[in-house]
Amino acid sequence: MTPILKTEALTHRYSVGTPFENTAIDSIELEIPRGQFVGLIGHTGSGKSTFIQHLNGLLKPTAGTVYYEGKDIFASKVATRDVRFKVGLVFQYPEYQLFEETVYADIAFGPKNQKLSAAEVDERVREAAAFVGISDDMFEKSPLELSGGQKRRVAIAGVIAMRPGVLVLDEPTAGLDPEARESLFKNIEDYRNSTGSTVVLVTHSMDDVARIADRLVVMDHGRVVMDGTPEQVFSRPEELTAMGLTVPVATQIAMELRKRGVDIPDAIYTTSYLSKVLLKWKEVHDHA
Amino acid sequence: MLKDITLGQYFPGDSVVHKMDPRTKLIMVVLYIVALFLADGFAGYAVMILVTAGFVWLSKVPPKSLFKGLKPVLIIIVLTAVLNVFYTDGTVLVQVWKLKITYEGIIRAVFMVLRIVMLICGTFLLTYTTAPVALTDGMELLLHPLNKLKVPVHEMSMMMSMALRFIPTLIEETDKIMSAQKARGADFETGSLIDRAKALLPILVPLFISAFRRADELAIAMESRCYNGGAGRTRMKQLRYERRDYLALVFGVLLIAGMIGLQVVGV
Amino acid sequence: MIRVEHLTYQYPDTDTDAVKDVSLTIEKGSFVAILGHNGSGKSTLAKHFNGILQPTEGKVYVAGMDTSDPDNVLNIRRTVGMVFQNPDNQIVANIVEDDVAFAPENLGVPSAEIRQRVDEALKLVGMYDYRMHSPHLLSGGQKQRVAIAGVIAMRPDCIVLDEATAMLDPVGRQEVIKTITKLCREQGITVVHITHHMEECIDADRLIIMSDGKIVADGAPKTVFSQVDMLRSQGLTVPATTDLIDRLNKGGLNLNIEALSVEDCVNEIANALI
Repeated sequence: MTPILKTEALTHRYSVGTPFENTAIDSIELEIPRGQFVGLIGHTGSGKSTFIQHLNGLLKPTAGTVYYEGKDIFASKVATRDVRFKVGLVFQYPEYQLFEETVYADIAFGPKNQKLSAAEVDERVREAAAFVGISDDMFEKSPLELSGGQKRRVAIAGVIAMRPGVLVLDEPTAGLDPEARESLFKNIEDYRNSTGSTVVLVTHSMDDVARIADRLVVMDHGRVVMDGTPEQVFSRPEELTAMGLTVPVATQIAMELRKRGVDIPDAIYTTSYLSKVLLKWKEVHDHA
Repeated sequence: MLKDITLGQYFPGDSVVHKMDPRTKLIMVVLYIVALFLADGFAGYAVMILVTAGFVWLSKVPPKSLFKGLKPVLIIIVLTAVLNVFYTDGTVLVQVWKLKITYEGIIRAVFMVLRIVMLICGTFLLTYTTAPVALTDGMELLLHPLNKLKVPVHEMSMMMSMALRFIPTLIEETDKIMSAQKARGADFETGSLIDRAKALLPILVPLFISAFRRADELAIAMESRCYNGGAGRTRMKQLRYERRDYLALVFGVLLIAGMIGLQVVGV
Repeated sequence: MIRVEHLTYQYPDTDTDAVKDVSLTIEKGSFVAILGHNGSGKSTLAKHFNGILQPTEGKVYVAGMDTSDPDNVLNIRRTVGMVFQNPDNQIVANIVEDDVAFAPENLGVPSAEIRQRVDEALKLVGMYDYRMHSPHLLSGGQKQRVAIAGVIAMRPDCIVLDEATAMLDPVGRQEVIKTITKLCREQGITVVHITHHMEECIDADRLIIMSDGKIVADGAPKTVFSQVDMLRSQGLTVPATTDLIDRLNKGGLNLNIEALSVEDCVNEIANALI
C-alpha cells in the first residue's frame, strides 16, 4: 500500500550562498503509513520544525521531495496549494493566529478557503469543535474572551475542520499546565481513534508522546537518527540523553535498576508499567 | 522572505568609523549631505566620490552590502536617469523619433544617479557602523537643548530605540502568522488587488493584538526594572569626543568650505 | 523578606477573587517554589511581590516596606526583581550588555559602576561571552538568563520568576533552574519561582501549592509531594518518582515516599528488592 506521506532525500539549506549557509535538514527518507500516530522528537534546532513545514508544502526543499499518496506535492503550484488542506499543520502557540470576530468564523476559515458549501462548512466546524472540546455556546464569542487553553483548542479545531488526511501538531502542549496537557492529549487521541487520521506530533517532551505514539522518530542535527516503536527507541536511553533529550523518569529509574542487577526489560517508559514490572519481579524472586 | 529585509542593519566591527562618537557621525552625515548638494561639476563630484570611497574604506564595510541596500531604490534611480537623459535640452547626440539624447542629458543623469547613490551610501554607512542604541543615544544628546522648548527628547529617543529593538521580533512574528494562515489555505499570492488586501486581514489582526500584548508586558517589565522616565538616568556607555571626532568634524567643515569654494571658482 | 497578610485580590471587571485571603512569609535567602495550574492565583500573588498589583484587601510588605505606599515603589522594585514569562517582551535593548545595563541606568548608578555590575551579572548567569550579541538571535533559555542578569544588575535581595520557564524547552528550563539555584545558594539571593512544572520544585527549600486562589500545601518539597492523594484530589499530578513509589506501596511494598530525586528513588527501590 502507498504510504500517505513519503519523503525522498528531503534536504533544506537556509541562506544558500552566504556565510550563514546552514543545512537544516539533510537527506531525510521517511515513510508514514496511513493511520499511524508518529511522535517526532528532537531538541530545538534539530530541524524538526523545518521538516514539518515541508510536509504541507510551506517550505520548498533545496533537494529531494515529498509525496502525498504517491504524488509529488511540489510537481505543480496547484499540487503544492492543495496539499495544505490534506496535511493540516498546527504551529507552535497557534492561539496567536486567531483573527476572526467569532470562534465559529475562525474555525470556518480553513473550510471556507476550501470553497465548501455553507452547509458543509457548518458541519465541519461543529465536528472539529467537538473534537477539541469547544462547546456550541462558545461559537459566537470573540476568541479574545477565551482563556489561553481554549484559544489553543479553537486554533487546533481550525485545522481539524479542513479534514486533513494527516494532522501535524508542533508542540501542541507547550506552556500548558499538566492538567490541560493531559486533556489536550486525550482529545488528540480520541480524534485519531474516531477518524483514523494519521497524526504527527512534534515534541521535545518524551514522557507524553511515549504513551500515545505508535512510532517515534528522533531527529538530531537535521537527520533522522532513530526510528522505531517507543520500546525500541527507549531501549537506547544513553544515546537519547547524549542528544540533549530528556528521557522519561521511569526509563531513567529502570536503567539505573538494571545496572544494579534488577533484570527487568529495557524499554520502560511509564511509571505504571515500571511499577507492575517491579512488583512482578519481586514476586518471582521472593518465591525463588 | 521577510527575513531578508535589511532595515538600518548594523554590522559590528572595530574600524575608526565604528568607534567614532555617534554624535560626530550624525553631524558628519548632515555635513556630507549638504556637501553633496553643493557639489557641482566634475571636480565637485570627483571630490565627493573620493570622500565616500575613503569613508567606506575606513569603515571596512564590504561595498557589496552597501550596494545591496540600493536595491529597493533601484527603480527611482533608473527613473531619474531616464528622465534626465531624455528631458534635458542641449547638443543632440542621438535622436530616435521624438526622443532626443543630449550630451548635457547624459552628464546630468550621471550626476543625479551619483548623487542618489552617494546619498544612500552615506546614510547606510551611518546605520551600518553605528549600533541602533548608540544612534538613538547620540540623537538624544544632540537634540537635548530642545528639552528646554518642552520637546520630549528622551521619550522620543526611547520610543525609537524600542521600535528598533522590536522590528526583528515583529518581522519574525509576521512570518510565523503568515505561515500559519497559509497552512489553513490563506492565499496571499493570487487574486485581484482587493482580494490580496483582504487576505492581509488574517495577518494584521493577530499582529496588532500581539503587538499590544507585547507593549503591555514590556511596560510592566520596564517599570519592574525601575524605569521612571529620563530624569536621573545615567548611562553605562558615556559618549566622549576623542581626537578622531574633532578631526572628522574639522574635515567635514573643510569639505563644505571646499564645495562652496569650487562653486565660487566655477570649476 | 516578603510578608503577605490576608491578601485578597480581585481583577477589575471580574467578580471572583483571584487570590483569597492568603497569608505568607518568605524568609531571606530561601528558595521558594510556588506551584499550581493556570488560574490558581500563583501569578497574581507573585505580581504583588514588587507592587505591580496592589492588594484589594490585606497588606504586602517587602523588607518592611508597605507595597501600597507610593513612596516605596522604587525601593521595592529595586529590592525585588521580576523575571517574566515571555523572554521577548522584557528585553529592551538591541545588545545583551545594554539590556543588562537598563535597570542600573534607571537607578542613576555611575557609569563605571554600571559597567562593573553588568559584567558581574553576565558572568553569574554564564552569558558574559554573549555580551555583544543581539538578543533576538539567542535561544529561549539564553534570553531568560539575560533577563535574570538584567535583574541581578539592580543588586536585588530577591528575584521572583513569574512562570519564567513556561515558554522554554527542557534544555532552556534546566539552564534557568541551574542559574537561579546557584544565585540562591552562592549569592544568598532569595528566589521565588512560580511554575507549573513540578520537577523544577524538587531542589527548592520550600514548596507552596496554590489552587483556586488559596494555599493548599506548604512545606519541604518531600513532605508536600508525599501527600499524593491530597494533590490528586486537587487535580494536580505528582513527580514521576513519587508516583512510582506510591504505586509500589499500593502494590504491597513499604517504601519511603519522600525519596524525591531519581537517585534517592533508585536507592529506595533497590534496597527493597535486592
